[in-house]
Amino acid sequence: MADSGVTDGPNKKDEIERVKSEGKDLTKEEKQRLRKEKKQQKKNKEKKDDKASQESEKEKKSATSAAPASQPPTQLPAQKAPSAVPAPAPVPVPASEAPAPADKPAKSKAELKAERRARQEAERASKQGKKGEVGQQAPQGKSKAPPSELQPVVKRLPEHIQVDNPDVLKKLAKKLERQQTPGYNAATKIPLRSDYGYKVSLFSHLHQYSRKAPLTQQLSIPSTVIHPAIVQLGLQYSQGIVAGSNARSVALLHAFKQVIRDYTTPPNEELSRDLVNKLKPYISFLNQCRPLSASMGNAIKYIKKEISNIPSQCKEEEAKSKLLNCIDCYINEKIVLAAKAIAKYSIEKISDGDVILVYGCSSLVNHILCEAFEKSRKFRVIVVDSRPRLEGREALRRLVQRGISCTYVLISAVSYILPEVSKVFLGAHALLANGYVMSRVGTSQIALVAKAFNVPVLVCCETYKFCDRVQTDSFVSNELDDPDDLIVTRKGKTQLEDWHQVDSLGLLNLVYDVTPPDFVDLVITDLGMIPCTSVPVVLRVKNVDQ
Amino acid sequence: MDEEELVEYFRAQMRKDPDMASAVAAIRTLLEFLKRDKGETILGLRENLTWATDCLTGVDSSVAVSSGGELFLRFISLTSLEHQDLSRCKKVMEERGELFLEKISMSRTKVAKLCHTFIKDGAKILTHSYSRVVLRVLEKAAAEKKRFSVYVTESQPDSAGRQMAEALRKLNVPVTVVLDAAVGYVLEKVDLVIVGAEGVVESGGIINKIGTYQMAVCSKAHNKPFYVVAESFKFVRLYPLNQQDVPDKFKYKADTLKTVQNLSEEHPIIDYTPPSLITLLFTDLGVLTPSAVSDELIKLYL
Repeated sequence: MADSGVTDGPNKKDEIERVKSEGKDLTKEEKQRLRKEKKQQKKNKEKKDDKASQESEKEKKSATSAAPASQPPTQLPAQKAPSAVPAPAPVPVPASEAPAPADKPAKSKAELKAERRARQEAERASKQGKKGEVGQQAPQGKSKAPPSELQPVVKRLPEHIQVDNPDVLKKLAKKLERQQTPGYNAATKIPLRSDYGYKVSLFSHLHQYSRKAPLTQQLSIPSTVIHPAIVQLGLQYSQGIVAGSNARSVALLHAFKQVIRDYTTPPNEELSRDLVNKLKPYISFLNQCRPLSASMGNAIKYIKKEISNIPSQCKEEEAKSKLLNCIDCYINEKIVLAAKAIAKYSIEKISDGDVILVYGCSSLVNHILCEAFEKSRKFRVIVVDSRPRLEGREALRRLVQRGISCTYVLISAVSYILPEVSKVFLGAHALLANGYVMSRVGTSQIALVAKAFNVPVLVCCETYKFCDRVQTDSFVSNELDDPDDLIVTRKGKTQLEDWHQVDSLGLLNLVYDVTPPDFVDLVITDLGMIPCTSVPVVLRVKNVDQ
Repeated sequence: MDEEELVEYFRAQMRKDPDMASAVAAIRTLLEFLKRDKGETILGLRENLTWATDCLTGVDSSVAVSSGGELFLRFISLTSLEHQDLSRCKKVMEERGELFLEKISMSRTKVAKLCHTFIKDGAKILTHSYSRVVLRVLEKAAAEKKRFSVYVTESQPDSAGRQMAEALRKLNVPVTVVLDAAVGYVLEKVDLVIVGAEGVVESGGIINKIGTYQMAVCSKAHNKPFYVVAESFKFVRLYPLNQQDVPDKFKYKADTLKTVQNLSEEHPIIDYTPPSLITLLFTDLGVLTPSAVSDELIKLYL
């Protein structure tokens, strides 16, 4: 039941709120006790957090009988969060619990109390309208239901799926402003990319950018905050020049290698901490250009871990070469060698005379098919493609170059062609913890139709794309691409050219969709062949390894 | 120990105790082989054991023999073999081998203990062919004074179902032998289906005597629970996608594989039941759902 920013008395506020909610007046005893508490807490403000929370726990226990005993332990973790005042800026703290400055000017008790009350009222009023908002526990504390049911540890909704919430946008803008090295003017901050066009209401919580307005147009030159390699990378992402999960991760890692090569530790700073801070604005920038994929997220986590594990006595050159080496190892192990291992397992599943269906352009699936062809397996491939990206054409080109006999259809013909097919090979963008497969839009459609025809569906995915998230539908978290891509010119006529003028018309260009595990028969990873439901087992084994 | 001695020892073990699973006999043979092996290096030892397992698979082509052999090898090499002296290493491996053998001889009892509670008083059970594990489960249930009746399929081509019926009659359990084709007909009278398994695959599906897949599909259509009882040494690192994907070396008897040229004219003796048709698996590792099998396999093999 912690409230915002006030360090000296989250517990007291709870008590006041609780008592108020029960309609009782503060008895004389309680008032005295409160005064005593305030005194004590002012003293302990400079001391450790633990002590303060211990005292508040004791108070809780000796509080009015209305307070259920189970409250204190559940509220303890929440209290620790706001009372962790010496948190440095990089630690992401919810806006409502922004770290208050440790040194508050001394005010009289009454003033403080009044101040706090006023603040509570204001916040309560503003939170009335919101539902399920980020970390707001004060209004929850007001409810009559037993407070022990409401866990203070509320999960935060990620920012990128709250685009229709103006507060979150403001917070994001502020965060981008903060992420600049001190001493530079506002012109060098990372700009906030604005949404474009009318968004279909079901997806209004997601960003929708236009390719014609890349983020780099708003950057000043020379931009000293963002490394030029990263600017180049961001542009390549937003224009779709670098596309595909593996390609984006590898490009990201190469750009980071360049950043590390050009990095020099400023005086009085440690490489392990400073470099991580330097990377944050880059990551925000790349996120603005195009939302990060799960594989990129895992790669970034790995790099950050490696950087923070650099011992402080390590010399700069040594540390840098070590990091470059780590990145090379990561690319080699998780992407290149994993592809080889997956190809080895997949070849066992491809028999002579097979008709294999593939969708879109997955670098891994293409690799597997080429390897199988090298090992003289006799099969033919059906490439299924879909608008507006038409990635299947690239896959078709690569396979035909190797000499594999291919057929090309659009996704609307899939149920016509499936009776001929013996196996379906699909790539994945990420594998979620509940066994769902996130991949290019259209994949779940293919899996569904294949299941109806009793054709086995095999998904090929490296383990570095496994992520801890859970998702059961494609709406909650997705990516909206440029709606202008759907406009096509045929026979000199462009039908949807003026779609902006039509108020009720929205163009939807989804990028990803989510396939349930019932439709997938087998997942081939570098650890072997596993059923879709065993993804959490692999995540567990990986965590144990690390 | 050369091939003939190996095969002879294996056959002797099978003859000595007809109630023993073929995989257990194979593991006993491998243990004896280990004791008599005159190899100089650990790697050589491992290679010899792999060779011995292959020989035994050539005699009895069931999935359990190959999985049992592989698990045996993994279990004994799981300890630290850092000793300088080869004979000391061998001793450690032999001790581990004995331990493994002891554990798996208890496995049938453990399975029976877990499964018999699912058989309620007055239940009608359908089972397929002759399975010693299922027999043990039904023995235990009968010993608990439960009244139940059993339908057994005849299970051609070797009529193993009749053997099962004989054994059940000795326990005073009312048993009826039905034709393989009558499974759909009899399922409406039945409360639950219990079958054994020759192998449990990574997806959670099972490999068992031909006719099991049909029974599973019918029980799914009738909404009757389909239970599988299997010991943990039958877990194997295969992942068939469909019937065609099961390797030929398991589908046919060992002698058939050696003598016959054109396999497409032979009848396969096993089939694959996918995990979507199985309700629960009873193993000595506990009662598992089909999706948990992969978890257990990863733990066993990794």
